[in-house]
Amino acid sequence: MASNLSTARIRRAKIKYSWEDRLFDLVNDGLLMLAVLIVLYPLIYIVSSAFSSPDAVAKGKVVLFPVDFSLRGFEEVFSHKAIVTGFANSIFYTIVGTSVNLVMTVAAAYPLSRKNLPGRRILLFLFTFTMLFNGGLIPSYLLTSQLGLINKRAVMIIPLALNVFNVIICRTFFETTIPDELVEAAQLDGFSQTRFIIQIVVPLSKAIIAVLALYYGLGHWNSYFQAFLYITEKSKFPLQIVLRDILILNQVNEIIADPLLYQAKRGMADLLKYALIVVASVPFMIAYPFVAKHFVKGVMIGAVKA
Amino acid sequence: MAAKTTDGTLVLSRKVLRAKKWKSIRRRVILNWELYVIITLPVIWLLIFCYYPMYGVQIAFRRFIASKGILGSPWVGLDNFIKFFNSYNFGRVIGNTLSISVYDLIAGFPFPIILAILLNNCLKKRYKKFVQIVTYMPYFISTVVMVGIIIQFLSPKVGIVNHAIRAFGGTEIDFMAKPELFKHIYVWSSIWQGTGWTAIIYLSALSSVDPGLHEAALVDGANRFQRMWFIDLPCLLPTIAIMLTLRAGSIMSVGFEKAFLMQNNLNIRASEIISTYIYKSGLAAAAPDYSYSAAIGLFNSAINLLLISIVNYINAKINEISLW
Repeated sequence: MASNLSTARIRRAKIKYSWEDRLFDLVNDGLLMLAVLIVLYPLIYIVSSAFSSPDAVAKGKVVLFPVDFSLRGFEEVFSHKAIVTGFANSIFYTIVGTSVNLVMTVAAAYPLSRKNLPGRRILLFLFTFTMLFNGGLIPSYLLTSQLGLINKRAVMIIPLALNVFNVIICRTFFETTIPDELVEAAQLDGFSQTRFIIQIVVPLSKAIIAVLALYYGLGHWNSYFQAFLYITEKSKFPLQIVLRDILILNQVNEIIADPLLYQAKRGMADLLKYALIVVASVPFMIAYPFVAKHFVKGVMIGAVKA
Repeated sequence: MAAKTTDGTLVLSRKVLRAKKWKSIRRRVILNWELYVIITLPVIWLLIFCYYPMYGVQIAFRRFIASKGILGSPWVGLDNFIKFFNSYNFGRVIGNTLSISVYDLIAGFPFPIILAILLNNCLKKRYKKFVQIVTYMPYFISTVVMVGIIIQFLSPKVGIVNHAIRAFGGTEIDFMAKPELFKHIYVWSSIWQGTGWTAIIYLSALSSVDPGLHEAALVDGANRFQRMWFIDLPCLLPTIAIMLTLRAGSIMSVGFEKAFLMQNNLNIRASEIISTYIYKSGLAAAAPDYSYSAAIGLFNSAINLLLISIVNYINAKINEISLW
């Protein structure tokens, strides 16, 4: 009797489940499609414009797909010396900077993660306090110039060597994944602490290191402010500074009197911008899916501890 | 006599305990000496690049003279702060900062939550993954490129938006030149760029919802909308509360880069915020006033510290209450 009743209830639930839930599904997937369209359309428009001819871009013919498919924009991008130099500089800053970041972050995070380390709380406070309060722009600027870092490549790396927020994320990861028993066992086996970190901790923490590498790498690649403040020599400009000159300050086309020639130049300038946007943004969009599965974890740890 | 003995033993045992504790600490320090060596470099970095500027912030209370250095410049007390409070820019800069961040907070807050709930309710796995990848793609675009895109799209002559306006018979609008539109462009482009990314946090909170709740609701005949409304949403509330209070804590800090890059002479009335004003009065001015600029920075940092402390306090309270 009782079992009969519950079967009937489930059956009724199932009948109800179908049409209302199908509607729900439809609305749900429809709204997601709307989100995709809103995000994707500008991106597609940029990519399509980058692959169109200068004339089509200037006249606004591009709506969805490339018009008069051409690679002129990309040729133009790589024929600008400033862009190529900026690209090379950004690759250098990103690789060296991220390597320094990872070493420094692990070096700070691992000791902070060991609960029986005397003085840990003081050290931790020293780190976290900097997230709450800072000296501000002017004292930092004065420090950097006192250290003689202005117009040195090192200014893109040393003052940005550590991000305390990432240290905290990394420390939380170590705390939860490297148990004290493992440390003790390694000590009994005669591992020194340094060797333990290099041979055991780092291989066990690939997930968080991948996440941090992406965070730091993206930070360096997209960094604009540091170079804007401290670098004035063109040969040391990172890509973002070059991008600002071209995309925002329009420092690409000189004034031309002939209107026809001007129109052509103008189309070329806009085409160059679209191609440049694609070239500058693609590296990390491609890199992301490879570390995506680690990422959710990293963001979660960050969110919990923030 | 007896009491004296116990007292003596107590004192003795306390002494022994303390000695033992110190011995244990010393032992652990010696055992972990390598860790101290390892953390030395990060700590030195921290002292130089984070703490030394905090010490240097005293120039806010001095009249900085470059040739005399920070310590040689004369004290002026609160003069720099008073100058800022009385300046014509004070109200404008703080008003702009607050209105941009409050607008951003209110308008931007619901979207990641909605997106996360929609994604969580999507049954088609591959479609879900596709939507996720697409929606967080804009996060990887740098601020410079983002502002470049905004300017390009909104350009009066060649921008797609004005192409569309002309196609529908309207007259073109020079969006970037209108101060009253600055806030909207700033906030809605941020929403476009950040929604997919922020949704990850809510999505991971949703994935930890106890499936037993859904099964029970299913047996009770709840449809999917009801389950979303009565199970998923309440389960998200603690995360929402934390995120909301965290955002509220940074209400006085609007990042430098985007606002600065979007500024031009025509919209400056609406686009000058605290961080850009600090830069302009300190480093970019024809006659840079480091002390004045540092004072504004210190004022801003102090308010941020205060706000974060308040928010932390509220958060602790809320979390106690909101854990049903």
